[in-house]
Amino acid sequence: MPTVGVKRDLLFQALGRTYTDEEFDELCFEFGLELDEITSEKDIISREQGDQKAEGASDVILYKIDVPANRYDLLCLEGLVRGLQVFKEKMEAPRYRRVSPVNGDPQRLIITEDTAGVRPHAVAAVLRNITFTPERYESFIELQEKLHQNVCRKRTLVAIGTHDLDTVSGPFTYTAKAPNDIRFRPLNQSQEYTATQLMSLYKTDSHLRHYLHIIEDEPLYPVIYDSNGIVLSMPPIINGDHSKISVNTKNVFIECTATDLTKAKIVLDMVVTMFIVCVLLSSLSLSLSLSLSLSLSLSLSLSLSLRESAESIAQLLTRMCLRSEVAGDDGQIQVEIPPTRSDVIHACDIMEDAAMAYGFNNITRTTPRTYTVANQLPLNKLTELLRMDLAAAGFTEALTFALCSQEDIADKLGKNISETRAVHISNPKTAEFQVARTTLLSGLLKTVAANRKMPLPLKLFEISDVVLKDETTDVGARNNRRLCAVYYNKTPGFEVIHGLLDRVMQLLEVRPGRKHGYYIQAAEDSTFFPGRCAEIFSHGESVGRLGVLHPDVISGFELTMPCSALEINIEHFL
Amino acid sequence: MADSGLLESVLRLVEKVDGGVDSQDVAGGLSVDHQVVVGAVKSLQALGEVIEATQRSSKHWEVTGEGNEILEQGSHEARVFKAIPEEGLPQSELMKLPSGKVGFSKAMSNKWIRLDKGHEGGPRVFRTVDSIEDAVREKLQQVKKGQSSQLEEKEKNELKKRKLLTEVTVKSYWITKGSNFSTTITKQETELTPEMIASGSWREKKFKPYNFEAMGVAPDSGHLHPLMKVRTQFRQIFLEMGFTEMPTNNFIESSFWNFDSLFQPQQHPARDQHDTFFLSDPALAHEFPPDYLERVKKVHSEGGFGSQGYKYDWKIEEAQKNILRTHTTAVSARMLYKLAQQEKFTPVKYFSIDRVFRNETLDATHLAEFHQIEGVVADYGLTLGDLMGVLHQFFTKLGLKKWVEVGNSGVFRPEMLLPMGLPEEVSVIAWGLSLERPTMIKYGINNIRELVGHKVNLQMVYDSPVCRLDS
Repeated sequence: MPTVGVKRDLLFQALGRTYTDEEFDELCFEFGLELDEITSEKDIISREQGDQKAEGASDVILYKIDVPANRYDLLCLEGLVRGLQVFKEKMEAPRYRRVSPVNGDPQRLIITEDTAGVRPHAVAAVLRNITFTPERYESFIELQEKLHQNVCRKRTLVAIGTHDLDTVSGPFTYTAKAPNDIRFRPLNQSQEYTATQLMSLYKTDSHLRHYLHIIEDEPLYPVIYDSNGIVLSMPPIINGDHSKISVNTKNVFIECTATDLTKAKIVLDMVVTMFIVCVLLSSLSLSLSLSLSLSLSLSLSLSLSLRESAESIAQLLTRMCLRSEVAGDDGQIQVEIPPTRSDVIHACDIMEDAAMAYGFNNITRTTPRTYTVANQLPLNKLTELLRMDLAAAGFTEALTFALCSQEDIADKLGKNISETRAVHISNPKTAEFQVARTTLLSGLLKTVAANRKMPLPLKLFEISDVVLKDETTDVGARNNRRLCAVYYNKTPGFEVIHGLLDRVMQLLEVRPGRKHGYYIQAAEDSTFFPGRCAEIFSHGESVGRLGVLHPDVISGFELTMPCSALEINIEHFL
Repeated sequence: MADSGLLESVLRLVEKVDGGVDSQDVAGGLSVDHQVVVGAVKSLQALGEVIEATQRSSKHWEVTGEGNEILEQGSHEARVFKAIPEEGLPQSELMKLPSGKVGFSKAMSNKWIRLDKGHEGGPRVFRTVDSIEDAVREKLQQVKKGQSSQLEEKEKNELKKRKLLTEVTVKSYWITKGSNFSTTITKQETELTPEMIASGSWREKKFKPYNFEAMGVAPDSGHLHPLMKVRTQFRQIFLEMGFTEMPTNNFIESSFWNFDSLFQPQQHPARDQHDTFFLSDPALAHEFPPDYLERVKKVHSEGGFGSQGYKYDWKIEEAQKNILRTHTTAVSARMLYKLAQQEKFTPVKYFSIDRVFRNETLDATHLAEFHQIEGVVADYGLTLGDLMGVLHQFFTKLGLKKWVEVGNSGVFRPEMLLPMGLPEEVSVIAWGLSLERPTMIKYGINNIRELVGHKVNLQMVYDSPVCRLDS
């Protein structure tokens, strides 16, 4: 969920009234938002960088509001205010339409085929006769940044460029060129660079370096020119300095270049409509020009458990900026989806809004009449029963991680990683998450190591899943439910672990015996001390091993005492 | 135990007095060390109600070693005075005396002696009075005689400062007769024995009382992990509500079942490397139900089933990527797909509690793996009211209404259900929460690392109570 920070006093000013924190929290809840935090810039800096750095920072109160991930129309103060005002029926939901400029043809953006290989889509719009204030200008810049981080997926899907239209002249051309053939003065730089030079210049830029990878290795870089060959931008990296906007800009040219056309249209709509609203708030008499790419209408019959008439549901929806009216006698409602509500893609989204406006807490609770008989998963049922009896046998349950390092399941157990059948994680942030465990033993030994100060003996067990590669499944791996136990004391206690095996088999109703029962047989295993390891067979099949751990394994886990261990696959006993 | 002769002597002394006697006086009366009497008192207390003894403390003054020397030889100043003959003594010689330094300055301030600095042959000391009264020695004698109360506090403190007196605190017992007082001692048995039961001798014997203040001996037992105890309770709740357990024993999942089947777009941030663990081996999944795969692809890229879709280029390569599942809802999707393949739809209630994995930044409340609890109901015509109703029942069984805040709930989207082949009129409601969060609240644990993983303190596991969620 993105979080939007707005200045409280500006928000209240725009809403035309003040609220207590509790009242505003309640309003947010009703509108499907969450007032996450009440803070100030000073608080934030002080928390993140210490009190000293916070000295002199603004202590204007900020509301941090959590906004649903797909509600891009609520990512700025202007959008939030409009949504809330319509919700509280203080204003009508605006209708947006595109108008042609009074004097002449609409601007054009020509897309060349060269862009196909790198960033094939672009959409654009012009906003005319607007007046910024410093606050609105700031909000406009912040909105672009929020969109870049969210719907634009850090500029990979869409990148936004805004330009002072009066400094350039159309038609504009969106094309792609070799990096050395692109040369311009980028935003806030004093000299011209080629695109190649820019890429190395921005390698160290704390902000821009995160976007370089998007086009870095492409043979052609995207670029937008005006009719005089002036570079407007080299998306998705940087704009030209020539056309940069300022608080005094009157006419804004907005371009969105993209790898995803749907998202590009959503983003352009969002910038334009939010911005219009901010203009509307100041002066309603401006002449506007905007390009809308999407306007859909759905008709639906609501089958909510709201027990409301079609008329009142239409009214609820209208409060959510979805202008609605009853169409016909059979309770059908005609709903108009504004370009700001790109999140509405199915009738169920409209129903959700109706339910929200109605108030989730006002919905009458009912009990489904679904009649079912409950069943436990046999494997989990067996696990639960065995856990109880292992504890009754004096062993304590450990709970260890399913992910671990390669070392944990291989080197430290005297094994080679290639013989473990382990699945490997491609993007672990640390070595702790390199593989999924193939044995429960290492987790138990790590638990012992973390509890060396506890009185001896330590008797631990765990019944849980390991993961093994298995080509017969659709994903190429499967879980395997294991029972593992360790005995850690001044003496190895093989007889204790052996006794536990006998007890487990007794619980599983398997008698000692060669053919139809269980027996153990000497085995070679590098995890165990030579001559102190046995393989466990049940009904002729190998189900696990037990023995005294190899001294290298003991030392490998930073332990000092002898230790015996048992690990069996319990899926055999289902 | 002190010898019984001493014990009986103590008891006879106690018998003689009315109202009780101090153990110090007993020690004086019997001419034994006070500590020996204290031992006797403790032995007598252990015999039951023979005596009652209450501890008390008293302070008194004692003469120190240096004080005793003064008692014998007089104070330093008096000794200095005595050492000076009629014709005086050179100061240098006086200072060589053992009491010289201290005695000289005290005798000077008492004006018993004078110093002639200009005397021929060096400074010389003379008496100024004929006789003196050694008050320090007299005061010490008074203390020695036990008459310290006759001295003023100021005087005693002055002597304390000179390290001649010291104030000592003495702990003693005030001994009175107990309800079973007797001057003879009967030996008490510590424990009942089989022989006593056989012979009946237990009837005549007295038994040493138990100390019920002490803790018992901890049983030699195994213990269940607290998080697993809570898991058992959640399983129980679902079973009580008629929910069937889903097979969630597959940590490795394809992106297809984990994301695509749930109508989560392929560019969604949750599918980012920063949030999800991807596998390098086995990197890709194979074998998806082909018709279903096509319908999923279509609903994402073109829409359908009443949806606009996301309108992007859906790629099978993205869906094939194997991951560690990020939620158990991947299993719910598999189960609902399976349900849709039945000849005729039957309503179901499913639950699961199992591990899920996130490639997240770790902190006090987030680990890379945790347990997700999930409940799913599929039936014709389920409503939001039904969802609210089921949630209410579930959370009522948990005992705390505000626990609703720890989870998520909702109605599955038609774009997820209809491509599976479920009838259009069927709705599926679901909710989920983590197992760790309510457990941390329940047991008052603030750091998740103190609850889960190999670093937990086993003492916490040993000490954890039973889990009753509703009380």
